[in-house]
Amino acid sequence: MTLANVPPIQPYDGPPDYRVVGRHAVFPQTSHDEIERINFLAQMNRHLSVRVVPGVKAAYDNKVAPAFAKAQGRPIADRHEARRALLEDGSFCLWSAIRRMTMEQRQQAGRWTTIRQRESLAEKAAELTDGDERLKLDPSVTIPRYVSAVDHHCMPGSYYTEAFPGDVANGANYDHGNFVTTAGLLGKYADGGGHAVVKWVKRNYPDFKPARILEIGGTVGHSSLPIAQAYPEAEMTIVDLGAPVLRYGLARAKSLGVDNVSFVQASGEDLANFPDASFDWIQTTMFLHELSSTALDNILRESRRLLKPGGIVLHVEQPQYTPEMPLFEQAMRDWDAFYNNEPFWSRMHELDLDQHMVAAGFERDKLIHGGVTAVVDKDLFPDAADDETEDYGRKAAWHVIGASV
Amino acid sequence: MSMNDALAEAGAKAAGKRPYFLDEEVEAVLAITMAAVQELAVARQRIDTLERLLEGKGILSRSEVETYAPDPSAAIERALSNQEYIARVLRIVQQRNEANLASGDIASEAVGSELGARS
Repeated sequence: MTLANVPPIQPYDGPPDYRVVGRHAVFPQTSHDEIERINFLAQMNRHLSVRVVPGVKAAYDNKVAPAFAKAQGRPIADRHEARRALLEDGSFCLWSAIRRMTMEQRQQAGRWTTIRQRESLAEKAAELTDGDERLKLDPSVTIPRYVSAVDHHCMPGSYYTEAFPGDVANGANYDHGNFVTTAGLLGKYADGGGHAVVKWVKRNYPDFKPARILEIGGTVGHSSLPIAQAYPEAEMTIVDLGAPVLRYGLARAKSLGVDNVSFVQASGEDLANFPDASFDWIQTTMFLHELSSTALDNILRESRRLLKPGGIVLHVEQPQYTPEMPLFEQAMRDWDAFYNNEPFWSRMHELDLDQHMVAAGFERDKLIHGGVTAVVDKDLFPDAADDETEDYGRKAAWHVIGASV
Repeated sequence: MSMNDALAEAGAKAAGKRPYFLDEEVEAVLAITMAAVQELAVARQRIDTLERLLEGKGILSRSEVETYAPDPSAAIERALSNQEYIARVLRIVQQRNEANLASGDIASEAVGSELGARS
């Protein structure tokens, strides 16, 4: 029966209903209201980026930048001046306050769902991983300051804290709440980044037949599993500092039918357990910005040491700051660095990464540069066109920097 | 017991000093408001779920909800319910206005000093 006052179905542009997400054996059970909380928070982020940010940009263009120029007798010179000037503006502050609390609400929502069932999640993970040599945990791994000082993206306890031996709750929180920030744009298994990398490598290196692949900082394997699936003959190793995400990652992979993976607890700065020339392909995905200057160089050097002749290393990241990038965009991209606990984000994105790669032992004429966009998941977005929304620093479009040896 | 753990830990603070963008008290009130906004969205979705399930079972049609007209006594009950709700939510406004009318209002702290003083 059609209701007289209900309009016909509208063209819809926004996050899909959360119930389309892909589930697996260790995915947390979610009640009706827990799902609707995630739906609301995804819509909040969408609203902030689509409806509110344009007003903040207008404030910058029409008020903040002219006021600065009038007071100082010169235009805003860099992104730090732009950010400090924006902090004096009411619309920037109101948007920032709401964006911050939306992130905090997302963490609270995800933690509620996962902590209330963390014993049963741990049991399911143990059933899938106990005695499996593809899970190699090392309690002697220490958590470096660049991970312990502040919890990345306001995620309490980060990737590594566990409430009891065998706990996977922080992995489950990271996995199932991811949708709030990405609005489903990374696909039903949050793996659009991995699919994008596979597509890029298959196109650019069609004859590449890697036997051993390493992902550093791979957490629960979101980006790694598509690679392992695309190269079923290869053995894929995922290293990370956090035991909860690694346990969860192997259980998740096995229940999704991906078996050519192992999850190893180690720091990417010290992979001495692996001999020189161990891997054909080394990958990081949205990882470099969660390091430090020292750790970045150590990891670049380790990746050089670990690559076999003919191998490639690829780092997928948000784009670097360049003089061509408008200062407003730079300041907005810096927001996560200052207000969403991504302390290395700002400095990392101003580095000359080519220079760091060369210093780590790569040859300048063998450096690789490219760009990838998340592969649209047609299960979630059957009629998807390219998403043009700019959500500074969170859009599913990245740069690739890498090298062959 | 996980439910008690969840109560205690779900809202945990992330490591790192929290930035405030507005007056700290204003931002705290806004954060509480946005959490209430979130829970209202959840409740609205639950009502929608109920209506669609009931419609699916043939118990009611949503057009009945849209065209529902309370009989006169129900209309009065509902109106009173709205009045009560508004008065409950705006209690602080009522109390400030009563304070404007009160003369010689004295703080409990001051009364305590008065009552404790030996003559």
